[in-house]
Amino acid sequence: MFRTEEMEINMGPQHPSTHGVLRLKLQLDGEQIKEMRPVIGYLHRGVEKLSEHRTYAMIEPLTDRLDYVAAISENLGYCGAVEKLMGLQIPPRAQSIRVVLAELQRIASHLLWLGTHALDLGAMTVFFYTFREREIILDLFEAFCGARLTYNSMRIGGLLEDVPRGWFERVRHFLKIFPGRMKEYEDLLTVNRIFLGRTKGVGVLSAADAIAYGVSGPPLRASGVNYDVRKALPYSSYDQFEFDVPLGSHGDTYDRYLVRMEELRQSCRIIRQALDRMPDGEVRAKVPKYIKPPAGEVYHVVESPRGEQGFYIVSTGGEMPYRVRFRAPSFVNLQALPLMCRAGLVADVVAVIGSIDIVLGDCDR
Amino acid sequence: MDQKALIEQVAIPILQVLIAVAVVPLLILYLQLVERKVLGFMQVRLAPRRVGWHGLLQPIADAVKLMTKEDTIPAKADRFLFTLAPIVTVAPALAALAVIPIAGTPFEVLGYQVRPWISDLNIGIVYLLAISSLGIYGIILGGWSSNSKYSMLGALRSSAQMISYEVPLGFALIGVMMLAGSASTVSIVEAQRSSGWWYVLPQIVGFFCYFISAVAETNRVPFDLPEAESELVAGFHTEYSGMKFALFFLAEYTNMIVVSSIVTIAFFGGWLRPFPNVEALSWVENGWVFATPLVLGAFLGWLAGQRLGSLNPMIVGGALGALLGFGIAVADPGGIASMQVPVLSGAFWFTLKVSFFLFAYIWFRGTYPRYRYDQLMQLGWKWLIPLSVGNVIVTGLVMLLVGRP
Repeated sequence: MFRTEEMEINMGPQHPSTHGVLRLKLQLDGEQIKEMRPVIGYLHRGVEKLSEHRTYAMIEPLTDRLDYVAAISENLGYCGAVEKLMGLQIPPRAQSIRVVLAELQRIASHLLWLGTHALDLGAMTVFFYTFREREIILDLFEAFCGARLTYNSMRIGGLLEDVPRGWFERVRHFLKIFPGRMKEYEDLLTVNRIFLGRTKGVGVLSAADAIAYGVSGPPLRASGVNYDVRKALPYSSYDQFEFDVPLGSHGDTYDRYLVRMEELRQSCRIIRQALDRMPDGEVRAKVPKYIKPPAGEVYHVVESPRGEQGFYIVSTGGEMPYRVRFRAPSFVNLQALPLMCRAGLVADVVAVIGSIDIVLGDCDR
Repeated sequence: MDQKALIEQVAIPILQVLIAVAVVPLLILYLQLVERKVLGFMQVRLAPRRVGWHGLLQPIADAVKLMTKEDTIPAKADRFLFTLAPIVTVAPALAALAVIPIAGTPFEVLGYQVRPWISDLNIGIVYLLAISSLGIYGIILGGWSSNSKYSMLGALRSSAQMISYEVPLGFALIGVMMLAGSASTVSIVEAQRSSGWWYVLPQIVGFFCYFISAVAETNRVPFDLPEAESELVAGFHTEYSGMKFALFFLAEYTNMIVVSSIVTIAFFGGWLRPFPNVEALSWVENGWVFATPLVLGAFLGWLAGQRLGSLNPMIVGGALGALLGFGIAVADPGGIASMQVPVLSGAFWFTLKVSFFLFAYIWFRGTYPRYRYDQLMQLGWKWLIPLSVGNVIVTGLVMLLVGRP
C-alpha cells in the first residue's frame, strides 16, 4: 500500500554545523542513518606542495593556515621539526613561553569547540560565554605577536621577541577569572538532563577501534587510551611540568566533553607552573641568517588541541625543503566519523561532528 | 433586533476582530525585540541598538525588510500549496485569539456595552484545542510542497511532535474544565474567583503537563526540532522567504501569546488579582496607580544613569516612583486610587501574567539545549500522557469524594 524508500541527503559543504566545508552524504531511513560517506577536500590549498618552493622561514605562515583555530600549535610543531633537523638548542625562557602560548592556544581552541558544540545541540548561550573568554586570550595573542588568528608567532630557534611588559600579569589575571567562568559553562551543560540525553551513549568509539583508526587527541583519551604526546614524547620542556592526562571510560560524546573540560583545567595548571618558574635569559638561539638544515629527514609530533600533529620534513641541504608532509589529526579522526554515527539519528551526527572537533583547514591542508 | 443590539453584537465584535488582527502583529514585532533584548542580556551582548533609540525601531525595519524582500518560490515546488501553507498556519493562530478574555467586566463606550473579549463560547477551551491543532496542516503542507529534503524532514518531525503533544495538552485542560464545570474561558476564570483559589494549586500536575506540552506544541526551545538550524538548516520553512516566511514567524509568536494566555486563564486566574482577600493589598487592584510612577521613575532614572554610566539612578528613580505611587494609593487624593476601573486593572494583571510566561519562553531559549527526536517522543508518550491522564483520574476521584472545591 505504501511505498517507502531511503532518502539520500547532502549535509554540507554549506551547512551550519558541519564546521567548515565538510560534506556528508547520508543515506537515511526516516531519521536513522543507514550509511554515511564524508567527502573532504573542499578546502585543499596544497600547502605541502607550496612548502617545497618556500624557504624554511617562509613556511611557518603557511602552517598558520592549517589548523586555523590553533595556529600556535602548528607553529610550535613546525619550528620544533626544523630545530630537531638542525640540532638547535632552544633557550629555556623561549621554551617556557612557547608552552604558555601553546596552552593558551589549547584553551582558546577548546573554548571554540565548546561553544560550537553546545550551539549544535541547541544551547546558544554557552557559545557567547565561551567567546567572551576566548576574546581575552586572543587579545593576549594580539599583544604578543600582533595577530589574532594566524599568528606566525615563533621563529626557528626560539621567538622573535620577548613578551611585552605586563603580559604575564594579564595571563595571571585570566587564570584567576577563568575557573569561575568555567563554572558558568558547566552549570549550563554538565548536569543538564537534555545535554546528558543528547551526549551520553552517543557516538561511542571503543578503545580498540580508536587505536585501529589512528584516532588521537581528546577522542582517543575519551575512549580510555592513555596517550598524550606531551607525556609520551615530551617536547619544548613539557617534561618539566606536572599535569594529569584526563581519561574517559565509555568513549561517547559526553566523555569527550568531560575530557576536554578537564584539559582546560590542566592547561591552566601548566600555564601557572610555567609562569611561576619562568627562567630569564635569551629567547632565541644563535641561528644562521639563511636556514639550511643538513640533508636528512625528521619527524616531529606535538599534541595540538585536536590530537597528534606530525611534521615530516625531508631536507637535501638546500634552503628549501625537498618534501614536507603534515600528519593532520582532523583528517585521521574524521575517518572514525561513519563508525561513530552508525545507526544513529540525524541529530546525533551534529553532536558527534562537534565532539570530534575537526577543523577542515587542518583536514584538507 | 434593534439597532443597539445590532451594534453591540455585530459591529463591535467585528471592530474587535480588526483591532486584534492589526494589533497582535505589532505586538509580536515588539515581543520579538523583547526576546532579542532579553536573550542579549542573558548572553552578555548588546542586542539591537542601531535602528532607533536602543533599537526601538528595529522591529519596524525588520517588517519593512521582510515585506520588500524577494518572495522566491522554488522551481519544483507546488506553487499553490506553497502559497497556501503560511496562510493555513497563521489563520488558526489568529482565530484562537477570539475566545481570550483580557478582563472580566464589560464596560460602556458611548452608551454601548463593550466586552473585553471577542466571543465567550461555551466550548471555548475545546475550540482553542481544535483550532490550534489546525496549524499543523500549514506546516506539513509547507514542508512537503517545498520539494526539499530538509523541509520534508522538518515537517515530518513537526507533525509527529504536534500530534503527540496535543494529547497531554487536552488532558491537562480536562482537569481544569472538571473543576470549573465549564469549558468557557470566562466561566473558568469566574469559577476561580468563586472557589477562592487559582487552579494552579489543585492542578499543579496539570499545569506542568500543559506548559511543557504547550512549549512543544509551539515548537520552541527546547522542543524546536522542526526548525533545528544546526541539523535541518531551518526545517519546514527552509525554502520560504519574504512575507511568506514572515507569516510562519507571525504564527509561531501568536501561538506563544495564545498559549501563555491559556495558561493564565486556566491555571492562574486570568485577570484576577492575587490575594483578593488581603485588604492591605487592595490598592494594588489599581495596578497602574502604583506601576506608572514606578516605571516612569525608573525610566527617568535610567535616562539620567546613561549619562553617568551607572544603573544606580534607575534604582533610585524606581524607588522614588514606587514611593510616590504608594503615597497616592494611601493618601488617595480625589479618590483617584480607589477609583475602580476594573477593565484596566483586569487587563493589567492579565498582561502581567501573560508577560511572565512569555518571559519563561525566552528564558528556556537562553538556557536549554535541544531534545533529540526520539527523546522528545519518549517524554511525550511515556511521561506527559500518563501523568496528565492520571491527573484527570485523581481529580475526578477527589471531586467524587470531597465534592467540587
